[in-house]
Amino acid sequence: MLKLENIQMQVDDDSGEKFEILKRIDCQFEKGKVYAVTGPNGGGKSSIAKVIMGIYKQSQGHLYLDGEEISDLSISERANRGIGYAFQQPPRFKGLTIQNVLTIAAPNADLIKVRTSLRDVGLCPEDYLDRDLGAGLSGGEIKGIEMAQLLLRNPVISIFDEPEAGVDLWTIQKLLKLILSTYKGNPNKTAIVITHNENVIPVCDEILVIAGGMIDAKGTPEQVWKLIKDDIECKVRNQCQGEISYAIK
Amino acid sequence: MQLSKLDMDLLEAVADLKKVPQGALNIRLNGVPVMRHSSPNISVGPNQDGSGLLVEIKPGTKNETVHVPVMLTQAGLQEKVYNTFVVGENADATIVAGCGIHNDSHVESRHDGIHEIIVRAGARLRYAEKHYGEGNKTGKRVLNPTTVVTVEEGASAEMEMVQMKGVNDTLRSTVAHIHARGSLKIIERLLTQEDQKAESDITIYLEGPGASAQVLSRAVAQGDSYQLFKAALIGRDACQGHVECDAILMDNARIRSVPEIQAEDAEAVLTHEAAIGKIAGEQLIKLMSLGLGESEAIDTILEGFLR
Repeated sequence: MLKLENIQMQVDDDSGEKFEILKRIDCQFEKGKVYAVTGPNGGGKSSIAKVIMGIYKQSQGHLYLDGEEISDLSISERANRGIGYAFQQPPRFKGLTIQNVLTIAAPNADLIKVRTSLRDVGLCPEDYLDRDLGAGLSGGEIKGIEMAQLLLRNPVISIFDEPEAGVDLWTIQKLLKLILSTYKGNPNKTAIVITHNENVIPVCDEILVIAGGMIDAKGTPEQVWKLIKDDIECKVRNQCQGEISYAIK
Repeated sequence: MQLSKLDMDLLEAVADLKKVPQGALNIRLNGVPVMRHSSPNISVGPNQDGSGLLVEIKPGTKNETVHVPVMLTQAGLQEKVYNTFVVGENADATIVAGCGIHNDSHVESRHDGIHEIIVRAGARLRYAEKHYGEGNKTGKRVLNPTTVVTVEEGASAEMEMVQMKGVNDTLRSTVAHIHARGSLKIIERLLTQEDQKAESDITIYLEGPGASAQVLSRAVAQGDSYQLFKAALIGRDACQGHVECDAILMDNARIRSVPEIQAEDAEAVLTHEAAIGKIAGEQLIKLMSLGLGESEAIDTILEGFLR
């Protein structure tokens, strides 16, 4: 289980003032479940993911993985403890082939598994394995390869940051089925899917709505839907202070 | 002559050879040729004034390779060699050159290699040249290659020039003349470390209609090293050319990149792009999120970049 305890994160804005990205995040992600993390743009969803991966450092609070505190571990140490993150906007690499990067992601995977991981995200291995993970690929292809890395790596906690962005409808449907079959009910794994996709959210086990750097709502899809069903609108509150939130009337 | 283990290690470093290959060959060790073979289609012999080699590949030769590596293991040796390569009409061949210096002394070892390469009409050439140096004392390892290439009508050449390690100073000069429908691709990869210096000066004249050239330079400068990359494309007819220079800068190193394009015909299409920067943070983070440590991630990025 992954537990986030009072996670807060501040950054300096352009004028040197402190700006709160995450205000107080308390939550836990259990094994065998698929979580949807949703909410308005700029609300803090990807920041939470990056704090979990160790890319961002929290200003306050603690993270625990299966009871062990991981708050001060490096990115690599967290990766080697079983946390994986598919980036929203993955970087490109000059000179590294797709096979190189998939092999780094899962050094012990044989070629059959490597090829399967590409097929799972709608990419034909024959066309991609030897290609450079560079400028010649479209955004959708890069995104598919990013998810193939995470699926192949198969960590204990898998975080998918907007897997639907730039990916065609057929592939995202296929990918969604794969995520659900891989993680739902799996006693050793957890999936966290940051998403705006209306098809993804209802089939997840639990939903966290993140807005204004806080958890605005959480629960099963039915519970969250009940909270917001009458009227949900995304509106900007106190925008001059950078506070954005879902408003539940 | 039997090559020592040191010689064989250098041979592998510069020519990827684990054993002496069959076929056309000239191995130059400490200023003298120690092995020389010709093949039925490739003649390898001394040039007229004895200052180097004349390698002639017969017209129509297909898929043959000639190896001409140079090794210096004698401390303080300084040499200048003139080699000429002629690739006959419609031939398709590979030349593997390269120079390795082992200098474990306090005096300078130096090899100046002057190559003239003529790729006759309709021929295709792949040329690989790797430079490498090793040694633990203060004696410099200096390599100054000069290459003059002529690509005749409808011919093509792809030249890969690599310097990965251990060379203190290098001044690389490459001049090419590309004639009608001829094409040239130059791939240059340079890594400098400590206080090493590397200068590369490439000038390509696109002389005929349909001539094309592409120069791709990848450079990594570490420590206190310095690199200067100059590439000029001169379009004198309806031609196409592109220069691309990418460089990664680390530590206190410096890189200066000077791409130049000069069009002398309204139908010439010439472009250039150059970028110098540190290792992209998101690339590092990505590889670390796959479990690599920071230094492992840096090595992986550099290895890929220079591949």
